[in-house]
Amino acid sequence: MRDVVKDGKAMEAQKAMETLSRVLRILLPVVLALVVGGLILLAFGKDPLTYYGYVLRRGLLSDTGLQASITRMAPLLLIAAGLIVAFRSGLWNLGVDGQFLLAAVFVAALAPILARHLPSTLVFLICFLIAIVVSASWSFIPAYLKARHGINEIISSLMMSFLGVSLANVLIKIPFNDPATTVPQTETLDVADRLARLGDTTVHWGIILAVVAVIAVHYVMEHTALGLRLQLVGSNPRTAKHAGLDLRLLTIIAFAASAGLAGLGGAVDVLGVQGTIRADWNPAYGIMVIPLVFLARYNGYAVIGFVFFFAVLMIGGESAARRLAVPHYFVLVLVALLMLFLAVTEFLEQNLRQRKAG
Amino acid sequence: MDASTAGPNGIAISLSDVTKRFPGVLANDRVSLTFRHGEIHALLGENGAGKSTLISIIAGMQQPDEGTIAVGGATVRLSSPRDALKLGIGTVYQHVLLIPSLTILENLMLGSPWWRRCDPESVLPRFRELSKLLSVQLDPDALVGRLSLGEQQQVEIMRALWHGERALILDEPTSMLTPDGVKELSAVVRRLRDHGVAVIFITHKLREAYELADHISVLRLGHVVGELPKERLGKMTEKQVIDEVITMMFGRNDLSKGAEAALVGTALDHDGLKPVDRSGSPALALHDVSTTGQFGECALNHVSFDVWPGEIFGVAGVDGNGQKHLAEVLSGQRPVSGGTVMLNQKDVTRMGVPARRAHGVRYITDERLDEGTAGTHSVSVNLVLKETGKPPFWRNGITRWGVIHGHARTQIEAYDVRTPSEHTPIAKLSGGNIQKVLLARELSPDAKLVIFNKPTYGLDIQSTKLARDRIRRGAGADNAVVIVISTELDELMETCHRIAVMDRGELRGIVDNRKGAETEIGLLMTGARVPAHA
Repeated sequence: MRDVVKDGKAMEAQKAMETLSRVLRILLPVVLALVVGGLILLAFGKDPLTYYGYVLRRGLLSDTGLQASITRMAPLLLIAAGLIVAFRSGLWNLGVDGQFLLAAVFVAALAPILARHLPSTLVFLICFLIAIVVSASWSFIPAYLKARHGINEIISSLMMSFLGVSLANVLIKIPFNDPATTVPQTETLDVADRLARLGDTTVHWGIILAVVAVIAVHYVMEHTALGLRLQLVGSNPRTAKHAGLDLRLLTIIAFAASAGLAGLGGAVDVLGVQGTIRADWNPAYGIMVIPLVFLARYNGYAVIGFVFFFAVLMIGGESAARRLAVPHYFVLVLVALLMLFLAVTEFLEQNLRQRKAG
Repeated sequence: MDASTAGPNGIAISLSDVTKRFPGVLANDRVSLTFRHGEIHALLGENGAGKSTLISIIAGMQQPDEGTIAVGGATVRLSSPRDALKLGIGTVYQHVLLIPSLTILENLMLGSPWWRRCDPESVLPRFRELSKLLSVQLDPDALVGRLSLGEQQQVEIMRALWHGERALILDEPTSMLTPDGVKELSAVVRRLRDHGVAVIFITHKLREAYELADHISVLRLGHVVGELPKERLGKMTEKQVIDEVITMMFGRNDLSKGAEAALVGTALDHDGLKPVDRSGSPALALHDVSTTGQFGECALNHVSFDVWPGEIFGVAGVDGNGQKHLAEVLSGQRPVSGGTVMLNQKDVTRMGVPARRAHGVRYITDERLDEGTAGTHSVSVNLVLKETGKPPFWRNGITRWGVIHGHARTQIEAYDVRTPSEHTPIAKLSGGNIQKVLLARELSPDAKLVIFNKPTYGLDIQSTKLARDRIRRGAGADNAVVIVISTELDELMETCHRIAVMDRGELRGIVDNRKGAETEIGLLMTGARVPAHA
């Protein structure tokens, strides 16, 4: 037995060092990504400072920009909440985009009809429920294949996502098509029937739902028996089996919860912002949120921070695309760089730690 | 490279003043040792004495902070395992590190550079040469996964010697082997010694060291505390050697008889067991139990036996003959394909783990880290793993971390678990301490059936003794049935009332544990049938 004997002071110092390294671990990749992204801009003859300044002004510092960024956070956060559930349960649900879009399309088609007959609170409630049911059922096939036959859910959920996106298009073009419009799209939900705004901002209350969902997911994972069971399934399935947990049921629950939250994101986006869905609309939020959830190390509170950062980049980047002729895809370049540098710093840090340990 | 390139005086490797520090620990403190060609050098010491660090330095896995290593008379820097292998220093670790889905030859070719074509013809001569040297007969095209553990170890030895036969390091090589396997290994090791290889042999078992070694070195807390060179060892009796080594290892020789017996591996004192009252009905009754196994697993085939309250029932047999399935069937982890399991006159055949646990079933698995615990989770969580969702640790599904950590502190104290804190991830603990956590989780006075699977596998002497004492006392429960599954006959002879022998998924027979039982068990292991005693 190696007894680790340390006096209190050394422990304190070590704790401080750990906090510092944790902050550095997140900040360093961000700074490096911005610097290298700037170099790329320079190479294309754009002034990086102008670009970053513009993105910052339009996404964060202007009133409308900030409100747009916060509004954009709502679907992203709900997807992130779903991803946290799945990832912490060791399940790689990469099908969130299909789950999101299918739920969104059903809500978009039904909400205008329901709104003609029912009070708005009831409409929202029913829509949320429909979104959860639709997306959770879309996740059942990969979940069942994983639980029953051990088939890799990365592939199956991704394939189901492509199918889901295609099915959503079919639905918009044929049964849910609004004949009153020339382009295939669903009937538009009246602005008055959408999710209420907060005060006199343009932000709808879906953001509150989203933040609550992320925090609730974090709480469930950390502070409930269900959370611990899901974590166990994720970290060591053999141990979970040894402890008598029902692996199959837990896998299906985790998948359904994950997809359900992503679908809720779709409902919130339709009811709060879009009001209608045109054919071939696929924002592919899920694929963008995945790296953020990794960056946050599945921590709910950190996810809120990263999603905010990303929403600012998105909104600012969309404005910059129009004004500075830098395509808004450049935001994805930044996220990719962020991931890259995250991996590099992680690798270097592990190396350093190993060398220290001998 | 062979013995002809030996350094002065037949010295293969010499360490001088090797020091290695880890944060908070001095693993090796100015260790100086000499390993000679044609000598089996046993390294003895308790867990944490610094043996593992020392061999990882010789194997090139770690670099010393101070001191020098000389190989064949020249000072060298072993900065990677590859360097060590190139110098003809190979290591065989405790756990087999071969790829089961590849053939023997393919495994041996793994170390070659990536640009070279995999050409079996070019490696066959070396394979034949080593087969001859080891005097073993293996089919080079056999899949490693189909070999016995002993054969896999022979392949490991070949791989270690692939680039030269200067030195062979064996890290607790007998812990996975059957008695016959141990004999075979001893023969191989002696042959290698006679060929001029410097063999470095790490073990917990004094008797093995005495039988095999030409030179014994004892480590304690990172120091070399004593050596018995060839000249002295030759003149000493077994008793003298053991006394002397125990004095070195513990700095005293007033160890209890039990500890000494565990050290030496000769404990046969089964008189102290509480007698079993077999007048009533059995507490555990298996009737015609069969299971279905996946590829590579040995399933149960019509197993029946009865065990009475308070009885300690041993299951002997070579590893991989259905013991794992038996343990899993008893614990409720594995469904049966036929037959019944009755516990205290209640049919528990269809019950899962939680229901059986509620009926007093406890299972201490042999795979402590892969199955018994979740390595990345804290000691606290692992202590309540089988209670998730139940009061007092959870209330309405909400985790009460304060209660869980408090419970952990009490258990850590009660079971003397050495851990920095209850928040430490359990994978950071030593094997013995992980075992203590498992025991703390599983044992309780109200247990009705306790299953131990290889309870002392990989444990050091003190922990082994503690574990065996605990089993002898009925696992801390009042009149529970205790099932001990072990591949070490000594252990079963020391702890059990009756011993059953398993072979290819069948129960070959049950033997009362009395003087001379070994022969009967040995007969059963080799395939003879003896009617079961009831």
